[in-house]
Amino acid sequence: MIAFFVKRFFQAVVVMFVISLISFSIQDNLGDPLRELVGQAVSEEERQALREEMGLNDPFLVQYVRFAKKAVQGDLGNSYFFKKPAFEVIMKKLPATLELVFGATIIIVLFSVPIGVYSAINPQSWFSKTVMGLSIVGISIPVFLTAIGLIYLFAIELGWLPSYGRGDTTNVMGFWETGLLSADGLKHLILPSFTLASIMLPLFIRLIRAEMMEVLQSEYVKFAWAKGISPRRIYFLHALKNTMLPVITVGGVQIGTMVAYTILTETVFQWPGMGFLFLEAVNRVDTPLIVAYLIVVGAIFVVTNTLVDLIYGLVNPTVNLAGKK
Amino acid sequence: MPLLEVNNLEVCFGLRSGAVKALRNVSFTLERGERLGIVGESGAGKSVLGFSIINLLSRPGRISSGNVHFEGYDLAHLAPEELRSIRGNRISMIFQDPMMTLNPVLTIGTQMVECLLAHRKISVVDAKRIALKKLQQVQIPSPEKRLDQYPHELSGGMRQRIVIAIGLLLDPDIIIADEPTTALDVTIQAEIMDLMLNLCEQNNVALILITHDLGVVSQVTQRMLVMYAGRIIEQGPTKEVINDAQHPYTQGLMNALPQMAIPGQKLNQIKGTMPPLQRIPKGCSFNPRCEYVMDICEQKLPSFTESGNCQVACHMVAESKQDELLGNEV
Ligand SMILES: Nc1ncnc2c1ncn2[C@@H]1O[C@H](COP(=O)(O)OP(=O)(O)OP(=O)(O)O)[C@@H](O)[C@H]1O
Ligand code: SF4
Ligand SMILES: [Mg+2]
Repeated sequence: MIAFFVKRFFQAVVVMFVISLISFSIQDNLGDPLRELVGQAVSEEERQALREEMGLNDPFLVQYVRFAKKAVQGDLGNSYFFKKPAFEVIMKKLPATLELVFGATIIIVLFSVPIGVYSAINPQSWFSKTVMGLSIVGISIPVFLTAIGLIYLFAIELGWLPSYGRGDTTNVMGFWETGLLSADGLKHLILPSFTLASIMLPLFIRLIRAEMMEVLQSEYVKFAWAKGISPRRIYFLHALKNTMLPVITVGGVQIGTMVAYTILTETVFQWPGMGFLFLEAVNRVDTPLIVAYLIVVGAIFVVTNTLVDLIYGLVNPTVNLAGKK
Repeated sequence: MPLLEVNNLEVCFGLRSGAVKALRNVSFTLERGERLGIVGESGAGKSVLGFSIINLLSRPGRISSGNVHFEGYDLAHLAPEELRSIRGNRISMIFQDPMMTLNPVLTIGTQMVECLLAHRKISVVDAKRIALKKLQQVQIPSPEKRLDQYPHELSGGMRQRIVIAIGLLLDPDIIIADEPTTALDVTIQAEIMDLMLNLCEQNNVALILITHDLGVVSQVTQRMLVMYAGRIIEQGPTKEVINDAQHPYTQGLMNALPQMAIPGQKLNQIKGTMPPLQRIPKGCSFNPRCEYVMDICEQKLPSFTESGNCQVACHMVAESKQDELLGNEV
């Protein structure tokens, strides 16, 4: 187990290093930060002096090492716009985004597993055929259309659900603003979560169906039938457990990707998360904030991948996390 | 009354290109405790026959006509729940490749206990006790350890022993073994075959052994069926069929055995290949490959002729028997 985490830790370090390198080097290409910091009236000499003072004229490597040293301590520089540490600004928005991803994940699991399994078991039923048809359509609908459709139906026409913001939030443990503990917060979460989930849901249904159909053809499932055990046990233990192995792997990557899709969803629903903030930061050329966002997203990737590997190891006995013989 | 009686069994595969018949007019019986061998070329329909006995054909296969009588039931027309109570309980199966037969994500114990619990109202503790007893019977080293292990922790030979133990769990009346040793190391093959033979003899279990290996058939079975293109073409006591094959195809199989070849010469393979199910010739299916082919062979399907204790589906054999009879009368 320790070996697994040590290995994972080094992988994480490498990933973070690459991300930091990338995010740092785009700093140069996003316009002149001085324009944001100082007014038009400042003369060229003064600008030059300021550049020198900020270290903007130093060689790339020197600048990077300075940046990395600070970054390791959680100091990614001050946001030009908020005049506060960029990392702090991002972390304040992290709960909103993570809760959105969490909501979407729950929805995906809740829907894709039963639907995928059912349509694998009964591939000829009208339900399966309808689902397969819809999932093709679903994949090709852009997120913002889904969002607008949902808002129109549930917020405007029916008036059941709010269409923007997070609603009431509760502070837990001092740093986490959660919307999950109040009815109002949960209500606000529904439409954005469904929107975000809608991107991945068709894909997961199809993936689970395809994997399950393949597993149902396997010799060990046939042998299970020959043993005379109940269909329920065959489908939901013998077949499903094997189906989930590849699904977990793909799913982990997709959850990471979903973080990127939050940018769109959060914008449409005015969801006060990192993605929304990121878009604002790009508009304002708030480079420290952009860099901080990229690094935090990178960290989320690393963490989800580690979790996925752990879960995979728990389900699949042939993977040996502990390294025991 | 025989333990198992298969009558005019016909199996269809509904393919996109049209339905093909993988089994035609298959009839045979099996007595309690009897060991029956099924041989024939690859694609002859041996596995399809094995699976159709417990009505477990994978889609798009189905039994299109005929019966499988077992203890007063017709397995070809039985409700799923009743079939389930017979599968693994009264009739169990052993598959070809032990690497693929066991579920990779469940422990051996789980896979054994679930089978017992599906058919008997006993506690998990009792089920485990029985499972352990069966593991001892199949002579697995340190059986106690195995229940908590996963299939990947065991060798192919051990896995097949476990599959056999699962087959024996409920003391079935019949075991259908579809090439149970083909996937194993040559050195282990004989061991596993011996084990199966002993266990069947000790427990008076009837065995249907599907195999390519005529040597094994002659050692293990008392009666045998020879299949060709979905039909039984010869059946009878194993000794008679092996020592005095009547059907030209069976003779061809015997001559193709390595022991029959003259050292230094090529093996005497039967020329040609078995036709695909869509293109089985009219008359005797074997006629394009038969050296004794006659006009009638291309017109009329041969019916079974009694020859000694065997039944042979061949016009030539039928004619020579006829001649014998006439000769006797004169
Ligand atoms: N699922 C299926 N769909 C279509 N055709 C099938 C299917 N399963 C078997 N067949 C056909 O049925 C015929 C008999 O196959 P079967 O597996 O019984 O042969 P076999 O005698 O067991 O051969 P082998 O010695 O290779 O195991 C073959 O022609 C095969 O193509
Ligand atoms: S019936 Fe004719 S073709 Fe068929 S095996 Fe006999 S002799 Fe050969
Ligand atoms: Mg076969």
